[in-house]
Amino acid sequence: MDTVELTYRQALSLAVTEEMRRDPSVLVMGEDIGASGGPLKTTEGLYEEFGPARVRDTPISENAFVGAALGLALCGYRPIVEIMFADFLGVCYDQIVNSIAKHRFMSGGRMDVPLVIRVIGGGGLRFGAQHSQTGETWLLPIPGLKIVAASTPEQAYGMLKSAIRDPDPVVFIEHKALLGTKGKVHVGPDNLLPLRGTDLVSEGDRATIVASLGMVPKAREAAEILGREGIDVDVFDLRALRPMETGDIVESVKRTAHLLTVEEISLVGGWGAEVVARTVAEAFEYLDAPPMRLGLPEHPLPYSPPLEDAAIPDAERIAGAVRDMLK
Amino acid sequence: MAQSGKSARAKTDSKALIALYREMARIREFEEQVQKSYLEGLVHGTTHLCQGQEAVPVGVAAALKPEDRLTYTYRGHGVCIARGMSMAEALGEIFGRTGGVSRGLGGSMHLTDAERGLIGSFGIVGAGLPCAVGAGLAAQLDGKKAVSVTFFGDGAANIGAAHESMNMAAIWHLPVIFVLENNLYGEFSRINHTTPLEDLADRAAAYAMPGVVVDGNNVLAVKETAQEAVARARAGKGPTLIEAKTYRHRGHSRTDPAKYRDEKEVQAWLARDPLVLFAQHLTKGKHARKVELDKIVEEARAEAAKAAEEAAASPWPEPRDFTPETFAAP
Repeated sequence: MDTVELTYRQALSLAVTEEMRRDPSVLVMGEDIGASGGPLKTTEGLYEEFGPARVRDTPISENAFVGAALGLALCGYRPIVEIMFADFLGVCYDQIVNSIAKHRFMSGGRMDVPLVIRVIGGGGLRFGAQHSQTGETWLLPIPGLKIVAASTPEQAYGMLKSAIRDPDPVVFIEHKALLGTKGKVHVGPDNLLPLRGTDLVSEGDRATIVASLGMVPKAREAAEILGREGIDVDVFDLRALRPMETGDIVESVKRTAHLLTVEEISLVGGWGAEVVARTVAEAFEYLDAPPMRLGLPEHPLPYSPPLEDAAIPDAERIAGAVRDMLK
Repeated sequence: MAQSGKSARAKTDSKALIALYREMARIREFEEQVQKSYLEGLVHGTTHLCQGQEAVPVGVAAALKPEDRLTYTYRGHGVCIARGMSMAEALGEIFGRTGGVSRGLGGSMHLTDAERGLIGSFGIVGAGLPCAVGAGLAAQLDGKKAVSVTFFGDGAANIGAAHESMNMAAIWHLPVIFVLENNLYGEFSRINHTTPLEDLADRAAAYAMPGVVVDGNNVLAVKETAQEAVARARAGKGPTLIEAKTYRHRGHSRTDPAKYRDEKEVQAWLARDPLVLFAQHLTKGKHARKVELDKIVEEARAEAAKAAEEAAASPWPEPRDFTPETFAAP
C-alpha cells in the first residue's frame, strides 16, 4: 500500500478512476462532469480515460438523471451521479427520497439499488444562500439511504471506493471548501474505508467535540488553541451520518463529562441533536454540564463576507464554547 | 401535428387474437376481484383500478420480449398481469400478506417483479419516467437491443420529471417507449382544465421524437403502434411517445365515485369497452364464437377468485419477526 499526498478532489477522481477500471458497470453522470472534468474539477481525467458512454454529461435535469441512476442500478450498473451543489438536492429530492431510498424495501428486499450520489456542498466561499448549504441533513431522516461526509482526502478516497462497491444507495457528501486541501492518502486497489463509525482526530480528557465536514479542521484548530491553555479535548469526525454510530462518542463523554457538537447547518433538525439525544440517553449520569451545540444561525447564509463569516462557527467560537462549558 | 396510429390490420392467427382477448379478460376480472375483495375487507388503504384501459398494457406487452423492462404507476395492475405476474402473488401483496410479491411491504401501488422486467411501480406521479430512462440507458450500454417501456397518464404529462425524461431520452437516443394513457382525467380534473392541448402526442415534436396517437381501446391498434415504436428503439433510432386514448370505468381510486364526469361521456366510453370491441372483432372475423369468449371470461373470473382465496390464506407478517430488508448490506 502506497501513501501519496493528494488534494481532496484528486482523491475523489482517483477513487472513481480505480473503481471504473476495476468494474465496467461503474459509470458517472452529472452536469459538465465529462470533458470539462467537472465544474469543481472533481472528475478530472475520467472522460479522457473512459469516454462519453461511461462519463456522461447530462442536461440540467436532476430529476431525470438521478431517477435514471435508479433505473441503471436496477439493470446491473453502478452509477455515480454528481450533484453540483448540495442545494440542488431540492430538484431531485423526490427521486432520492421516494424512489431510490424506498425501492428495495417496497420490493420486499428483492431488488438492490447500488448507486452513489456525490453531493458537493458547504459555505464560506461567498456563493450565497442557494449555493452554500452542506446538504448533510436534507436527507438525514430518510431510512433506506446511507449518508457519509468526507472531511479529508484520505476519507474522500477510501469512503468513495467503499460507496461505489456498496450494494445500497450512498449519499456521499463533500465540502467545496475542502476540495483543495491536501493530505496523505493510502492508495491501493482494495484500500477501502468503512461507511460507518467515527474517526478520533484529537485526544484529551476535558471535553468531547464532534464535528463534520468543514467543521472538522475548525474543531482540530480549536483543540490546538485549547491545548495551549492546558485543556486537551477529544475531537471526533462524525464521518458517517446514516447509519450513525455514536458508541465511541459516548465512551469519550463518559471520560470527559462534556459534549459539544459543531455542524455547518441549522441546529434544528441537525445531526448534533441526534448525537446529544443518544449521549444523554446512554451517559446521563456522566455529564457535568448540559451538552452544547454550535451550528448556523436561523437565517439563510448571507453573501456579504463579514456576515457569512460570522454565521459559520470558527475555531475561536468552538474553543470559547468549550471554555464556557467547563466553567 | 402528431400522426394518427394505423388502424388494425386483420390477423389470420386466431389463436394469437384470442390470447389477447384472454389477457384483457384476465386483467378485467382481476380488477373486479380486487373490488370484491375490498368489499370483503381484504384490501387496505386504497386501490387505483384500470377497468376500461386493458387494451393498452395488453397491446404493448404483446410487442415486447422477456428481456425488456417496464416502469408503471399506481394504476399498474394491468401491466403486471399482462407481463405474467401471478394473480395470487399480486393479490397477496394487495392484501398485505407474506405471500405477496413483495412480502406485503409495497402494496397495490408498488407491485414489482424484476424477473419479468417489472422493475418499478411508482406512487408519485411521473416518477417512473426517469427510472425507465435509466433502464433504457442500461439497454443501450448492454448493446443487446432490449427496450424500456414506461406507462404514465395524462396527469403525469405535465410534471417536470416527464419533460426532463423525454428530453434526455431523445438527446441520448435511448430505446424508451413512452406510453401515455390519456384517460381524460388527472385524478378529479378533466384534461381541458389542466392542459391546453387536445393531443398530448403533439408535445413529441418538442422532445424531438415521433409522437403517435392511437385508439387505446383497440388492442390490435395498440399492439401495432407499440411494435413500430419497439422496432425503432431496437434499431437504435431512439424513443417514441405513444398517446393511447382511453377511459377508466371507475373513479380515480376506490373512494372516488367520479361524480365529476359527465354521464353522457361515461356512457359513450362504456360502449367502447375494449373487451366488447374486440369481442365484436373476433366474432365478426370468425376467429371465435361468443360462447368461447364468454367461457374465457368465466375462466378468468374463476382464476381471479381462486387467486383471492389463495392470497387470503397467506399469513400476515408478524411485526415481532419483521426484518425490514432496507439494505442489502446492513
